[in-house]
Amino acid sequence: MKNEALYNYVLHLGDDSLILGQRLGEWCGHGPILEEDIAMTNISLDLIGQAMSLLDYAGEIDGQGKDHDALAFLRFEHEYRNVLLLEQPNGDFANTMMRQFLFDAFRKPLYEQLVASKDVQISAIAEKSLKETKYHLKHSSEWIIRLGDGTEESHNRVQNALDHLWRYTDELFSESDLDQSLVDAGIVPSMSEIKIQWAETVRSVLEEATLMIPTNNWQFEGGRRGVHSEHLGFLLADLQYMQRAYPNMTW
Amino acid sequence: MKPMDLQELEKRFQEKIDKEIKIEPNDWMPDEYRKTLIRQISQHAHSEIVGMLPEGNWITRAPNLRRKAVLLAKVQDEAGHGLYLYSSVETLGADREETIDDLHSGKAKYSSIFNYPAVTWADIGTIGWLVDGAAIMNQVALCRCSYGPYARGMVKICKEESFHQRQGFESLVTLCNGTPTQKAMAQDAMNRFWWPALMMFGPSDDESPNSAQSMKWKIKRFSNDELRQSFVDATVPQAEILGLTIPDPNLKWNEETGHYDFSPINWDEFWQVVNGNGPCNKERIEARTKAKEEGMWVREAAMAYAEKRALKKTA
Repeated sequence: MKNEALYNYVLHLGDDSLILGQRLGEWCGHGPILEEDIAMTNISLDLIGQAMSLLDYAGEIDGQGKDHDALAFLRFEHEYRNVLLLEQPNGDFANTMMRQFLFDAFRKPLYEQLVASKDVQISAIAEKSLKETKYHLKHSSEWIIRLGDGTEESHNRVQNALDHLWRYTDELFSESDLDQSLVDAGIVPSMSEIKIQWAETVRSVLEEATLMIPTNNWQFEGGRRGVHSEHLGFLLADLQYMQRAYPNMTW
Repeated sequence: MKPMDLQELEKRFQEKIDKEIKIEPNDWMPDEYRKTLIRQISQHAHSEIVGMLPEGNWITRAPNLRRKAVLLAKVQDEAGHGLYLYSSVETLGADREETIDDLHSGKAKYSSIFNYPAVTWADIGTIGWLVDGAAIMNQVALCRCSYGPYARGMVKICKEESFHQRQGFESLVTLCNGTPTQKAMAQDAMNRFWWPALMMFGPSDDESPNSAQSMKWKIKRFSNDELRQSFVDATVPQAEILGLTIPDPNLKWNEETGHYDFSPINWDEFWQVVNGNGPCNKERIEARTKAKEEGMWVREAAMAYAEKRALKKTA
């Protein structure tokens, strides 16, 4: 492989989009209002589109002729590089929106920095994806505020979701030793800058939503290294079903 | 000013219809015309929304990312159609929530086709090809419906449906040119969906109680049997291109009529499914009811938040 660090980085970007897109697809037809059915399938569609571009590029860097489908459907569980946050089950609408918000608040500054990447391919994908991500963040922020400052029930539900999902947020900013070479080469940003912006967005939205940042700061990580939660296996069983049951066919 | 008597209003209404002038929400219309449209448009809206379920169940299992994206976009279009149509119903003075409650209570119907299960990936292509194909036959005619908001909504809906139909066909072309397993999967889907697709046009003309009045009011332009025949005539050559066999031993071209002859439809099955005994009626209504109940707190929160904001503005 020409560039293992770059491959790993692009793969994890692609997997984050893929796994969250897959999760949002589960909502289709079951949303709390019709407008949200449309919004969630739309965001899912954006994320699947991002996954296609990113995984194609990962396959190109890998140089073994793998396209986005080979990477999306034919890896083993420990080969996926998404963060744990995104494979967590949808739960209720508050949980889905909180997961989305915590991720969107991270993805937006990340893409903003990646637009300036010295790697033209990453820069191009980031530019296109940033437009989508701005909408996603606007949508999820508005729901967090609405639910947090809505009724007592919605406040409790969205606070519970925050309390539960907070433990998966540090992993968003984890950097592998390999990543450092990419930072040095001006291909990807340092995560410390992204985290400052993320924390500011999270603080201001949660404040408006009258939600409390959890004090329990014990954090989980592992997805970036391929060590996943029990939930990923079931997600992959659905995702990979057709490719595993009917191998080597064109669809 | 003397109020016009009812007879005069009805006469003027029918004259407008006969001159192909669209009826708009604020125009006078007979109660029955209004009721018929509310019933028909809300049924149509419900069909779009219930129709999301059999296809939605394959989004997580689509065989590749392109097909997943296409299916997501398609089901999203259907939700959008549901929205236009519910809005159209609202222009007639009906309440969206109430019409949805009628769906859940079983009072309002939806297209029976969605009470059949989507069990294989080939069903997704087949639903696009046959079910959307049958829907288009109906809907193209509805673009000229006498009620303005419905007719205009149908123009956009038809464009998207026709795209879905072609996507479904294209997906089946891939299966039919694929391995014997894939071809068999496509034929199996065809065997299960052909007759329910023909039933989508509704009862035969002599059994269709609302048809004559709807034709006079130009809500309907063609009879159920005419549309069904057009669908069969258009679809048989497409099945030939795919190399799929239509599951009807009596299907044959009739030189004299210039149409395909086909076997009688099993109307017992049709009425059983309409009246709740289809393979998935219970699952479909349960899924919709569950979505509404589980989403109640979200809608309440959104309302509460909007009220708080409005208060802050006036304060």
